[in-house]
Amino acid sequence: MIAPTLVRPRSGGSERRRVPPVVAAVVTVLVAVTLIPLGYVIATTIATGWETASALIFRPRVGELLRNTVALVVITVPVCMTLGVGAAWIVERTTVFGHRYWAPILAAPLAVPAFVNSYAWVSVIPSLHGLWSGVLVATLSYFPLVALPVAATLRRLDPGIEESAGALGAGPYRVFFRIVVPQLRLPILGGGLLIGLHLLAEYGAFAMLRFDTFTTAIFEQFQSTFNGAAGSMLASVLVLCCLVLLVAEAAARGSARYARVGSGAPRRPDRIRLRWSAVPAALGLVALTVAALGVPLWTIARWLRIGGTDVWRTGTLWPAFAQTLALGLLGAAVTTALAFPVAWIAVRRPGVFSRMVEGCNYVTSSLPGIVTALALITVTIRYANPLYQTVIVLITAYVLMFLPRALVSLRSGLAQVPVGLEEASAALGRSQASTFVRVTLRLTAPAAAAGAALVFMAIVTELTATLLLAPIGTRTLSTRFWSLTSELDYAAAAPFALAMILLALPMTYLLMRQSQKAAGL
Amino acid sequence: MTAGWKTIAGAMFLASTLVGLTACSNDSDTSNEPEQITVYNAQHESLTQEWVDEFTAQSGIKVNLRNGDDTELGNQIVAEGGASPADVFLTENSPAMALVETAGLFADLDPDTLAQVPQQYRPSTGKWTGIAARSTVFVYNKDKLPQDQLPKSLLDLQDPSWKGRWAASPSGADFQAIVSALLELKGEDATRAWLAGMKENAVPYKGNSAVMKAVNAGEVPGGVIYHYYWFGDQAKTGENSANTALHYFKNEDPGAFVSVSGGGVLESSNKAVAAQQFLRFVTGKSGQEILQKGDSFEYAVGSNVPSNPALVPLADLQAPTVDPSKLNSQKVTQLMTEAGLL
Repeated sequence: MIAPTLVRPRSGGSERRRVPPVVAAVVTVLVAVTLIPLGYVIATTIATGWETASALIFRPRVGELLRNTVALVVITVPVCMTLGVGAAWIVERTTVFGHRYWAPILAAPLAVPAFVNSYAWVSVIPSLHGLWSGVLVATLSYFPLVALPVAATLRRLDPGIEESAGALGAGPYRVFFRIVVPQLRLPILGGGLLIGLHLLAEYGAFAMLRFDTFTTAIFEQFQSTFNGAAGSMLASVLVLCCLVLLVAEAAARGSARYARVGSGAPRRPDRIRLRWSAVPAALGLVALTVAALGVPLWTIARWLRIGGTDVWRTGTLWPAFAQTLALGLLGAAVTTALAFPVAWIAVRRPGVFSRMVEGCNYVTSSLPGIVTALALITVTIRYANPLYQTVIVLITAYVLMFLPRALVSLRSGLAQVPVGLEEASAALGRSQASTFVRVTLRLTAPAAAAGAALVFMAIVTELTATLLLAPIGTRTLSTRFWSLTSELDYAAAAPFALAMILLALPMTYLLMRQSQKAAGL
Repeated sequence: MTAGWKTIAGAMFLASTLVGLTACSNDSDTSNEPEQITVYNAQHESLTQEWVDEFTAQSGIKVNLRNGDDTELGNQIVAEGGASPADVFLTENSPAMALVETAGLFADLDPDTLAQVPQQYRPSTGKWTGIAARSTVFVYNKDKLPQDQLPKSLLDLQDPSWKGRWAASPSGADFQAIVSALLELKGEDATRAWLAGMKENAVPYKGNSAVMKAVNAGEVPGGVIYHYYWFGDQAKTGENSANTALHYFKNEDPGAFVSVSGGGVLESSNKAVAAQQFLRFVTGKSGQEILQKGDSFEYAVGSNVPSNPALVPLADLQAPTVDPSKLNSQKVTQLMTEAGLL
């Protein structure tokens, strides 16, 4: 470990604070591109004109969609929060049977894309449709988004506070709700926001369950009119819904912080000894595992058995696998590379500019893939025709949607690089570029790889933007799977579902390790 | 753990380099490759793939497919205008062809191609041609709907007595083509009223296969679909149609509408010769025989090739006369959006 430098650099502070022109240029271009989706929504709303726009927005169908979408979010998010906190607490803080081996159940469902989950449930119960089936599938697919961060926080809670509460006469339930839950507020709210945004953006899972949300309706308009006005107006309402969620979460988060002050380190919290409740707790975890993992895996296995060897011989699986792998790797590499300058500015030159860059990015990545895809199609068709229908546009969409996943990990990685090492390298005569490659890049490589892995997983299981933007002849695992299930050829779709899960599984493991590492394990 | 990350980073870097190299080597090959055309395909992928495989085997011309829905791809071609990468456009129904024709984006078809298709299966303008046809049918569950309760006309389905008792796929181009025929035959007011009744009565599904499956499972007694979904399923296992039968409206009812699938060559194509050749093949003997002998169960329309013998002959369907180039997809989308079906 290098001690913080005491000697100020020779050239004085002001010059050192400058953002290198390359970084500034990259980040500025990135921000400009980031603003395309929002700009598109605003511009088309204006271009449509108030009269047409209001006729398309204030109609009964939009009311229906709004009711469906709001009901979905209002029911699913609390259910996921309860389930996520409950599961995480049982796994982390109790002596439930086999507690050492339950941790993966909090992460593994993330490897099963929501639309594969729908496919599995519809195979088991063909008549499944509507709001409650939407809630069911969404809950099973998304509860890890709360459970993972909550588990990480539970592991580093200071047991001393709970013990003090107990000593002051609070019973176990009171301790849980008055002491533990408030400390989990940030991961619960953060996970809840993520789930809300996923619910607004998801197409495949709800289309298969015949549950209409804004995103499915926009997709239907796209199928009927390409980039028509009615679809764009639905998109603008959907964007408003996203912004409402972002603001609501920020407001609920408040300014309270829960941190331990004072000297010493908290010890590992004890596990609560379960007596009569050990059985229901274990049964609950088993039921969750069966529903979230058992059903999809069993369904895929069943379809594979019915399909026999024919479904492997169609000659489309391997090209789709290779194309998905190529898009995932390319997208992950580009996204992570572009996250570098943004992370660098955020860590080394924090200020108004860096906050604006991150803010733009955060909002755009919160928008559903279908909005970003519609915006990129419209913009490239009109103003950047040579790029139209190229892989560049698809990768751009992936960057806009998934940059924060690389950024979060990279930013903390970069913050841990001692500036002193870079200065030493510069003092020894290395150029800025050489210092970056030999010092900064090397030290941030683990964080970059973690971020890239998360982006890769997101791309492999992405459906909506890929359906709209894939270049001619490009058929990924997800788009192939989707067209086969639309023809009700569930047996032929099974190998594609399996391939997606297998590609995402190692990344899910990394995600789990990352959350454990955050807790210092 | 750090070593783990490094290995992953290394593996990803290596893999992306390999992928990049393969991509580059593919690019350098294109100069020696035979001619290629791009087809915007809204027909069933499996059917078009059969045409493409046979065409490539005969001519050596490679075909790239962009798959999508009728009106999606039609509107896309209109939005792309003169810069469209498409050489050929194939649809399942006529409205999307009419859309591109109205935008003035089709080239004249070769007279040889037109001569292969009888006049009733192509527009008089000669800008595109029919390549196949499909008939509207009412699929019903034999246990839930006795024959004497079957609707006499498509228009009956707006009646309150049909509430919750019939299904359709309103977001699909197939169903929208049926609505466009209704619009052409009965006018805007009657269509608007019918769509309002449909919003009340019909159970929406995504896709004709899903409609048939639901009818078969008894979730809904009946549904409006095209004929070939039923024949295709019967030819396989019948798992989604065993409990169902087809009812043909006949009588020149809007519900007896026969929809013409279209094919056209884009004016902007710089591979017009190969593109024209492709359509001449599709409407020619070997192209139409794929319809006759394959498992698509769509009607053959060209080169005097008879349709699959399992089907009710086209001539017996008593279909209403509709000029395919008059079918207005934009008006239909607008009316269906107004009715809250989209």
